[in-house]
Amino acid sequence: MNSQLPDVIAESKEQTAGPVITDTTAATCLHQSSGKSRRRLLQNQVAGLIIPLGGIGVILTLLLLFVFLLFEVLPLFRSASLELFTEFSLPTPANVQTLHLAAMEQGSIGFRLTDDGTASFIDLASGRLISQEKLPLAEDDVITDFTTTMGNGTLMAVVLASGKALVFVRQYRTDFSTENKNRTITPFLVYPLGRNPIALGSKGIPTSLAVAGQDDSIMLAAWDPTGHIRVLHAKRERDLMSTIDPAASSAYEIYTSSFNEETSGDEQRILIDSTLRHLWFLSESGQLRAYDLKQLFAGNSSAVDFTLGITEPNLSAAQWLPGADSLLLPDSVGRIHQFFLNGIDANNPLLPARVFTVSNQSLATLVSERRAKNFISIDQQGFLRAFNATSNRETYSVQVSAGAPLAMAVAPRGNLLVLEIKPNRFSVWRIDNPHPEISWTALWGKIWYEGYAEPDYIWQSSGTGNSSEPKYSLVPLSFGTLKAAFYAMLLAAPLALCGAIYSGYFMASALRRKVRPTIELMEALPTVVLGFLAGLWFAPVFEQHLLAVFNILVILPFSILLTSLGWSLLPGNIRQSLPDGWVVVLLLPVILLAGWLSFVVSTPVEIMFFAGDFRSWLSRELGLDYVQRNAMVIGIAMGFAVIPTIFAIAEDAISSVPRHLSYGSLALGATPWQSLYQVILPTASPGLCSALLVGLGRALGETMIVLMATGNTPIMDFDLFDGMRTLAANIAIEIPESAVDSTHYRILFLAAMVLFLFTFFINTVAELVHQRLRQRYSGL
Amino acid sequence: MKVARLQNWAGSGTPFIWITASAVAISLIMVVGLLSLLAFKGMGHFWPKQVMQGNYNPPIASRAIATSEFIGERVQFEAVAAEQLADNGFALSLGVDTYQRQLVKFGNRDLSESDFGWIVMEFTSDIAYPADIVVLERRRWGNLYGYMESVLQQAKEVVPNAGDQSTDETLWQDFQQRLQRTAQLLEEISLLESRQLARINRQIEQLRRQQSRNELLISEPAQDLDADVRQLSLLESQYGDFQTRLNNLAEQVNRDSVRLITANNQRIEIPLSEIIRAYRPNQLDFTEKLTLFMTKVLEFVADDPREGNTEGGIFPAIFGTVVMVLLMSMLVAPFGVIAAIYLREYARQGLLTRIIRIAVNNLAGVPSIVYGVFGLGFFIYIVGGEIDRQFFAEALPAPTFGTPGLLWASLTLALLTMPVVIVATEEGLARVPRSLREGSLALGATKFETIVKVVFPIASPAMMTGLMLAIARAAGTVAPLMLVGVVKLAPSLPVNGLYPYLHLNQKFMHLGYHIYGVGLQSPNTQAAMPLVFATALLLVAVIALLNFSAAVLRNRLREGL
Repeated sequence: MNSQLPDVIAESKEQTAGPVITDTTAATCLHQSSGKSRRRLLQNQVAGLIIPLGGIGVILTLLLLFVFLLFEVLPLFRSASLELFTEFSLPTPANVQTLHLAAMEQGSIGFRLTDDGTASFIDLASGRLISQEKLPLAEDDVITDFTTTMGNGTLMAVVLASGKALVFVRQYRTDFSTENKNRTITPFLVYPLGRNPIALGSKGIPTSLAVAGQDDSIMLAAWDPTGHIRVLHAKRERDLMSTIDPAASSAYEIYTSSFNEETSGDEQRILIDSTLRHLWFLSESGQLRAYDLKQLFAGNSSAVDFTLGITEPNLSAAQWLPGADSLLLPDSVGRIHQFFLNGIDANNPLLPARVFTVSNQSLATLVSERRAKNFISIDQQGFLRAFNATSNRETYSVQVSAGAPLAMAVAPRGNLLVLEIKPNRFSVWRIDNPHPEISWTALWGKIWYEGYAEPDYIWQSSGTGNSSEPKYSLVPLSFGTLKAAFYAMLLAAPLALCGAIYSGYFMASALRRKVRPTIELMEALPTVVLGFLAGLWFAPVFEQHLLAVFNILVILPFSILLTSLGWSLLPGNIRQSLPDGWVVVLLLPVILLAGWLSFVVSTPVEIMFFAGDFRSWLSRELGLDYVQRNAMVIGIAMGFAVIPTIFAIAEDAISSVPRHLSYGSLALGATPWQSLYQVILPTASPGLCSALLVGLGRALGETMIVLMATGNTPIMDFDLFDGMRTLAANIAIEIPESAVDSTHYRILFLAAMVLFLFTFFINTVAELVHQRLRQRYSGL
Repeated sequence: MKVARLQNWAGSGTPFIWITASAVAISLIMVVGLLSLLAFKGMGHFWPKQVMQGNYNPPIASRAIATSEFIGERVQFEAVAAEQLADNGFALSLGVDTYQRQLVKFGNRDLSESDFGWIVMEFTSDIAYPADIVVLERRRWGNLYGYMESVLQQAKEVVPNAGDQSTDETLWQDFQQRLQRTAQLLEEISLLESRQLARINRQIEQLRRQQSRNELLISEPAQDLDADVRQLSLLESQYGDFQTRLNNLAEQVNRDSVRLITANNQRIEIPLSEIIRAYRPNQLDFTEKLTLFMTKVLEFVADDPREGNTEGGIFPAIFGTVVMVLLMSMLVAPFGVIAAIYLREYARQGLLTRIIRIAVNNLAGVPSIVYGVFGLGFFIYIVGGEIDRQFFAEALPAPTFGTPGLLWASLTLALLTMPVVIVATEEGLARVPRSLREGSLALGATKFETIVKVVFPIASPAMMTGLMLAIARAAGTVAPLMLVGVVKLAPSLPVNGLYPYLHLNQKFMHLGYHIYGVGLQSPNTQAAMPLVFATALLLVAVIALLNFSAAVLRNRLREGL
């Protein structure tokens, strides 16, 4: 602080006694003296430097709260980025074509299989060939089809013109060298069913092959144009030894089954889903035929036929999405159809779920990612577009080549893309696509998830496996939050407002001095205690005496009105013995009695009207199922927590209405109630409004009560007897387990930010309303 | 006349006034009722209850044994509709609408499958409260109810129970003496373990570390090494001595046991070292009950929890709460006050300051869980992660500060309560009359001196009020703590005798979280309930006290000016 300049403290207008102090005099006086005075001056200057620094620091830290939430949330909505990493060529003999291209998880190793049976491992960073091996095929044999699995992803198979099939797996070995602390990854191929191709016994030359399964159970199916199908199942027992020593595992046992299909003669593609349950045939005419694999091996080759409703499907590009619960099938006009697997017993074994319009002509390639429900398509002009199936949105797009590329592969993590743009010419792209499954619709709209009958709002963050779709709809959570707050306000608003009106206007001030601190004590009750009582004491008691709770609703108002009537009918001298504003004391025993009565009559009433059990009557007659921890319990417990908040502000607003207004009204002949209703309430209404807003804000953000006294099930049901899951409780449950910077983590931050903004907004509105009220009072 | 009065009654709005009055009354009943419920349930747990014995013969076809004996304490009592019982398989005679039933704590968790059960009073017989029923509070398996048969020393009966009154009394006396002896031995053992053995262990550890360091530096003179070796062997022999002493003591502790007959003539032998306390509840008079009550309350406040937090005390939770709140106050008090002074005394009063003031005020209304999320994301993962990378790299990937802990919990709560302190302090500063400041400045004091020597003393009650409200809020807040540092059961206290004494990175126990954890997630909720009530009562009492003191301070402040 510069001591030459006057440091003026100007109070804002609403402060009554605001000091305006200038520091100049003291400082200039001190300038002349020396020694101790100089130290004092220095001290003052240091303080003038440190206090603003500290103060601004604290305020910035509080501001940081919001900034940090935003900082964690924003990446969710940042679009994916893509950059060309490198391009290289591989020396390959002429006339050789790529059958399969893949990127491995470890390091940046690419894999390429060509139709002459050569498998190459490539270092994608440099384009260097790491190793190359020939598949063990006979000299004169020709590969007629190649296929690979989605699920585990590394199982591959080729079928040969000789009717044989060869299954192989990519593997790698990691070595650590101690000298330079480098690790080297050596990729290689293994042949789980042996190096000799297995004879499938086909009649014609098989042109379509399907493979599925994992280490211990591999299923192969081959089709040839005569309609002959061979299915082969290789199984082995997994014992404890084989997990330690792969060599110790037992040999595969092979089961086969073959049958002839009545074929329409057109080209077919066969597929096996990763659960090894069904064998699917897709034909060019858009027909679909499904077999139950278990039945096939039992000798029953009955099939179910369906029509897909797509003309000219691009069979060779058909893809499973990871988890194999949905199939992607492009058609000839550049659309990709997503179908959900629905079981062949259902009316519609493949439910048409979504259509992605990618181009206006047939696609060149389509690959799906292994870990997420993402897929990438390239059209004939070399324009790449990537989509996320769940959120139904395009994640990125780029022009990758002038024409259609020959092959494409995406790394399992979706962070690397390899393309063969021209024969033997490769380009590698780096992709940063951290949160493809998030879009505005995915968070707030209805989404049709795999395995569901229709689009719905669902929150289910912890999937059962890698391949299951995470379901991040914030709608059920927001709904639960609003529901809990609604029921809480239903109890708290009338009680607190009425209480505030009585306490602020009618109550004798001697009594008021005792009542106010008691109700303020409610505010001090930790919510964890309320939650505990609500969840473990009230909920079972309510369940036991549900009818009594409803009895109170009837009996209580009646008994209060009756008491009031009875009191007014009493002779005047008795009535006057109770001073004004002490009615509450009279009512206490009445209410206790009414409550007791409600419990006493509940059992006879239950037996008389509800066959002895109100709850089973509810579910039988009204179809309401009673859940022990429900919205009613929450309403009461959270209402309890909110009452003091509303009460305090509302009472302040009413009691600070200038008294002369009410005196004037009373003097003109209005009854106390009339002057309250006509004069006091209209004046205080902004205060009451702001009280309700602050109460609502508290109810929305309350965590412990909801956490302990609801079942925390994210359902969308406004029923009084059902539970809910709120945003706040959801954060408390899930954030300790979510991985840092994962989509789930960021969505929980988003939930926190929604809560923050909402309560902050509500409180600001309440504060502004309150300030206007104060101005109004000062004008009266 | 009556009709006119009635019309007058309705027209004047009196019913509405009564309804508003009843709202106050209902709120009052809710608060008082809830507090009484807490007090009753919480304190009732410690009051020794009568133990009853009886025979139970419910008309249930599927029951294997027709009549069975039971011994236990009554926990709860209620009326139940006959239909509900019929649903549970009771064959009831017609004509009776309701039955009385009670929840009984049978104890003996190691003998029977459930230690609580409902008993319909209609089907009991021979209910009695025998004077010689014994309650054993054990370290494991909860309470045991039964009759004392004999006391055993090294598995041999010393005093058999002949069945008459006098031998019964001698048996009890002998048992009590032996129990006292065992308790003394146990205390000796724990002292040995915690003091002597720990000291020797520490010394040995130091020597070993020094040795391994010496081995790296070969230039050290050999003589030194020899001395170390000699000292080490000395310590090791000392350690061995202690070990034998401990073994001896352990043998002595396990010398005695007691055999009891429980319900249905089951016999069980309990070593005395397993018993914390034994009493005959049906014989106790009021003063004895009161003494027992006080002992139990003391145990609850001062002891460690047992049996998965469902028994014993809550001392670590109290301690954790206090340490956390203290740390938080140390953070929130200076910074909150500085921020308030800045806002009121130094900042230019304009629109921006007004906005900041409203924002700070509104931050107090932001849900606590949001602060928890911030604490987890910013303090733990970002700041803590960076601290780990800079200073504790050798321990990675096991996190030191990059994991929930005491420091982060205190920081998060400091942030949470900062608005409360700032608002209260500002209010106090605003109340200091301008004339005082002007007087001080006119006398030649600097601005800083004016603030410290004139403004502060007047505003300090306001600051104290703010701090106390902050502490009350912090002590009652649980939601953010669940993310930033509390655990259900911490292996050690965050402050203890081991270097560096205050373990900022350690997780700790907390009263509020204890309520949540034990109440909601313990395997035997029925057994844990009374303890949770007691914990809740304690927490409410502490917070109410803090709030009350804040209110008193505030009132004094208002009266003073």
